[in-house]
Amino acid sequence: MSGTFLGMPAFPEAARTSVHNPTLRANIRHATHTIRTKRAAAVAELDDWAELREAGKQIKEHTLRHLDRYLVQLEEAVTAAGGTVHWAADADEANRIVTELVRATGESEVVKVKSMATQEIGLNEALEAAGIAAYETDLAELIVQLGEDRPSHILVPAIHRNRGEIRDIFRREMGRWGRAAPDGLSDEPAQLAEAARLHLREKFLRAKVAVSGANFMVAETGTLVVVESEGNGRMCLTLPETLISVAGIEKVVPTWRDLEVFLQTLPRSSTAERMNPYTSMWTGTTPGDGPRNFHLVLLDNGRTDTLADEVGRQALRCIRCSACLNVCPVYERAGGHAYGSVYPGPIGAILSPQLRGTQSEIDASLPYASSLCGACYDVCPVAIDIPEVLVHLREQVAEQPGHRLERAAMGAAAKAFDHPSVLAAGQRLASLTRRLHPSKLPGPGRAWSESRDLPAFPAESFRTWFKRQERRKREEGTR
Amino acid sequence: MSSRALVLDRIRRALSDVPATDPPYDQAVPRDYVREHGARTPAQNVDLLAENLADYRAHVHRCGPEGLAELLARLLDEREARRVLLPAGLPRELLDAAAVEVLDDKTGLTAQELDGVDSVVTGCAVAVAETGTLVLDAGADQGTRRGTLVPDHHICLVRVPDQVVASVPRALELLAPTRPLTWISGPSATSDIELDRVEGVHGPRRLDVVLVRG
Ligand code: SF4
Repeated sequence: MSGTFLGMPAFPEAARTSVHNPTLRANIRHATHTIRTKRAAAVAELDDWAELREAGKQIKEHTLRHLDRYLVQLEEAVTAAGGTVHWAADADEANRIVTELVRATGESEVVKVKSMATQEIGLNEALEAAGIAAYETDLAELIVQLGEDRPSHILVPAIHRNRGEIRDIFRREMGRWGRAAPDGLSDEPAQLAEAARLHLREKFLRAKVAVSGANFMVAETGTLVVVESEGNGRMCLTLPETLISVAGIEKVVPTWRDLEVFLQTLPRSSTAERMNPYTSMWTGTTPGDGPRNFHLVLLDNGRTDTLADEVGRQALRCIRCSACLNVCPVYERAGGHAYGSVYPGPIGAILSPQLRGTQSEIDASLPYASSLCGACYDVCPVAIDIPEVLVHLREQVAEQPGHRLERAAMGAAAKAFDHPSVLAAGQRLASLTRRLHPSKLPGPGRAWSESRDLPAFPAESFRTWFKRQERRKREEGTR
Repeated sequence: MSSRALVLDRIRRALSDVPATDPPYDQAVPRDYVREHGARTPAQNVDLLAENLADYRAHVHRCGPEGLAELLARLLDEREARRVLLPAGLPRELLDAAAVEVLDDKTGLTAQELDGVDSVVTGCAVAVAETGTLVLDAGADQGTRRGTLVPDHHICLVRVPDQVVASVPRALELLAPTRPLTWISGPSATSDIELDRVEGVHGPRRLDVVLVRG
């Protein structure tokens, strides 16, 4: 994935830094608590939420089980509608394809709509190396880009920044990239949004090439869907002459009708809205309306490895709503950067090690970045059993040569905890690794979150879950 | 091997556990959710639409066909709009009462030209009561997607109750995927600063919705 994260310390170490940064913790706590309550209310409005969730889960699961067929169908439909489809086996290839497509237009700058896939492959860096400037247009992405920072949340990459910090970044940096921040800019969110509007407008109006991701791709019609709030997505999708969309192969859904499920569950899960302000749907190109050239880059980059794992496969159902981050007690305290990936939080803890493998320290420690409380599963609109996958990945890490599990546990004990009794607990854990089957270990994440003040998660649901796991293991053992 | 063949081959190998008898799409996906939430009359759907639009800070107005030109003139006047975009599919008479320069998009205005347009008046394809959403499908009374994006003020006409559906599933049934679609729920907004919603970023910052009794 993105080179930005190379050399990241393992999760416990990185988390420790965040835990000791009170501003960061306060920012994240404030934001996640705000959205948590609102999400619950938005979901409660629909009395068939459970049924929508089940349908969403099964649509995605079925698609994954027949992914080859649906991708070929999608390719045919997009091509028939005037688009061009490219396949990229890995990040390098995707970056090469996009770079060449931009070069072919003769342009040296592109505007971008927020897209996890292009962050994952480090597209901006690749374009920069080729002399092409990529301007992020999503407000939070702009904050991250101007602040030369890294994203820390799927939906709101600058969640770790409060309004005062954002104002300072805008005042300091906007002038270097284009139109400077207005004089006397305050930290009022409305003023900050206005500053972003003015700064980006000139870029939108002259842009010839845009790069986007996609929330959904409909196999039967070839339609792409981008869900957004600000209108920067619409700007990028309709004003330029050339549109290049980079999307993971798991973004496909079989039918047009399937959108009726996700357009109800995604906005409520992510921003707690009945509907997000803008959703764009386009099928190939339309004469006289929008880009004349449309390219779709289908990205593998580790997804087929994830698909091959029968337990881990479910991570590919994710629709990137970020609800699991917003409820996670570990994310709340560790912050997004500690996960060392563009995918932080509970989904990141199961997705990054699968996309990248568990060879590095950070990836081997991610399956432990959880208390297994199960809150992430409860809110997930496609019912990904994140605790199940975490335990499964812990088993895999433990089987690796080099005692990575022990190192992960020891690292957590020595570095994440500064409270003596907690350290003792950590040491107990570490010694347990030698004797017990690793899947029974709650992992350093659990002890760590227990040591802190606010265990906002339902302790009972974890116990129930843990018992069930133990029972399962016992039953398997006696068979 | 091409990357296409490589990726498809990887997928097929990854799915070796999936039996040939795996349930087909129709059986695999349970659809136990409802087509719409609650039972409402068409008039109640219009009320709910108005309520949800207002909840997300759109300005909702109601009128009959006879009062429309006057209402539009007032709304444009309030904004001090001078240049107004009117798609070819809407009657020019709608703006007769307004002291504005009327542009149509026939010549294909550039983005820069559109930036000099104060307001845009359009119809819509369908409106969704439960979510407070207007869907535009680039029909003749709506014009191009850029036309409703670059100007800072959008007035959208909804014929009620005909164009109002109860829910998202009902809307999708009526829409054609082959057309470019824009779903609009309130003026542009962001949740990017402390996860709190603020209205007004890149899209039109003022959205007036006129529910026109047909
Ligand atoms: S794992 Fe589920 S809750 Fe988390 S971002 Fe993905 S879809 Fe949302």
